[in-house]
Amino acid sequence: MSETVERAEAATGLPGGEPSGPANPVWVALRRSAVLLTERREATVFIVAVILVIYFRTAAPAFFTKSNIINITQVAAPWAIIAIGEVMLLVCGEMDLSVGFTMLLAPFVMHYLIDFYSFPATLAILITLAMGLVIGAANGFLVVGLGVPSFIATLGTSLILGGIALTTSHAYPSNIPAKAAGIGHWFGTFAWAEITWAIVLVIIFHIVLTRTRWGLHTVAVGGNLVGAREAGVSIAKIKMGNFMLTATLGALVGIQEAFRVNSIDPTSGGYQPMFYAIAAAVIGGTALAGGSGTVIGAFFGALVLAILTDGFNLIGVSANPLGIIFGSAILLAMIANVYLTRLRRAGAR
Amino acid sequence: MTAETPTPAPAPDQAPADDVLRVEHVAKRFGAVTALSDINLRLKRGEVLALLGDNGAGKSTLIKIICGFHQPDVGRIVLDGQEVTLKSVDHARSLGIDVVYQDLALINELTVYHNMFLKRERVRWPLLNNRLMRKLAKEQLDDMGVNIPSVDAEVAKLSGGQRQAIAVARAVYSEAKVLLLDEPLAAMGAKEAALILDLVKDLKERGDVSVIIIAHNYGQVLEICDRVNLLQHGEITFDKLSRETSLQELNDIVIEEYRRALRERQRTA
Repeated sequence: MSETVERAEAATGLPGGEPSGPANPVWVALRRSAVLLTERREATVFIVAVILVIYFRTAAPAFFTKSNIINITQVAAPWAIIAIGEVMLLVCGEMDLSVGFTMLLAPFVMHYLIDFYSFPATLAILITLAMGLVIGAANGFLVVGLGVPSFIATLGTSLILGGIALTTSHAYPSNIPAKAAGIGHWFGTFAWAEITWAIVLVIIFHIVLTRTRWGLHTVAVGGNLVGAREAGVSIAKIKMGNFMLTATLGALVGIQEAFRVNSIDPTSGGYQPMFYAIAAAVIGGTALAGGSGTVIGAFFGALVLAILTDGFNLIGVSANPLGIIFGSAILLAMIANVYLTRLRRAGAR
Repeated sequence: MTAETPTPAPAPDQAPADDVLRVEHVAKRFGAVTALSDINLRLKRGEVLALLGDNGAGKSTLIKIICGFHQPDVGRIVLDGQEVTLKSVDHARSLGIDVVYQDLALINELTVYHNMFLKRERVRWPLLNNRLMRKLAKEQLDDMGVNIPSVDAEVAKLSGGQRQAIAVARAVYSEAKVLLLDEPLAAMGAKEAALILDLVKDLKERGDVSVIIIAHNYGQVLEICDRVNLLQHGEITFDKLSRETSLQELNDIVIEEYRRALRERQRTA
């Protein structure tokens, strides 16, 4: 057998040629559009959000009013911002359960710095954000340096951070420092502030994840740890960096929420926003197993969760069955994730 | 069907200058276990060397020493006529020694071209220069005669042979001088294997990279390699040009080894 014949055979015998599935055009078209939808995972959850908006608009007249839209964005924005960090972490194979407690602690730290140590407001906010970096680095060190699984490591830091916040504040709420009132406008007092932050950050980190070396290496680490190490990617740097990003975003959200509700509340934060952020990430198409995810998808995921919360409230469904609906939505999204990924991989063969 | 005691490896005393890699008197122990007792191996420039051996003969230890993962207890490694101390895999790679592991080093979730440029990305700061990487990857793969549907495809969508080919192409593109292919044909069908063997044949014709193929199944690689080394019990016990040996001879050696193992078992039982 000559070399050329051998090679031609090897080439055509491999997947990648013309699909040889059933020739039914309807089936082919359906399959193709399904593949298209899954190629752009964000599209699926965006369509769900649009359908929900249309439904609640007809079902509840108050839904599509300016004040209610602001309300929805203020619910969605903190989840979306935290979800950015969780997406980056999930993609590289980790998660941060403690981010809600960084969020709880951050405004207290800002308050202590301004009111007890006379720091100027801007500097106090910067130091608080830097504290986020340090908390993230601590999480990262536990996971990367000491090899503690991130679930346990961040569970531990959650309780520590929560304990610090409650001990130092004696579990009493505080007022927003008067000196910070001006700058607070940019963070959360202004009605559209949080969603603006969320959109800007989502766009930035969508680009980071899809168009930069950092993003590529994040995917590589989560997709194939051994392979990434083989290629020379620094696993520690990527994971550490994404932990630091997540905690810093948590601190930012904590400050924003304090300004928005105009009080520093020892009951804010906690596990709830973290769970919603991870739910938003999953609904948006991020795989818990690592290696793939989308920041924009998580943003739409947060929007869907916020629309559901708000919409059901408006049409008079009590808050009690919301858990059933959210739980089902997360499960459905996860199942769809698993099957659509399989379809997508098979679809291109 | 009896085999004589295998021919001892020739001493590397006056090794010719056209050796790209020489391993001289290398030994490695792990605790009480002697993995390699006295290894002498030469790889000529542009040559394809098949390194054969039973499981546990020390193949992977030897590979890991050549690629910088382990450091030898004694002995030296000479690359391009200069003695080198390989500090790490990265260090060895920077000197032009690259290993392609079976199905380990590619990231399923990334495209072919991102895989080819992983850690050597072309960047137009702060963004990746995807257009350039796509173009270069396509050129390189076309040049090497690797057929894949598209460089934009996720690696997960490719077959085992295509994946291996991409891993080889990546190493060649990074200007590897010495390429170690670790069991490239294991778990691969005939057509897939043909793709890889063809690729190695091409590399040989170009002559700018020297290849060590580590293989279990010598039948597959005998056709394309220039020389065969056999590793037994931590030593290279057989070194012949492939045109001077035959499948029959290699078969006999292996069968003899099995028989000896069987006799030892019976004796101790």
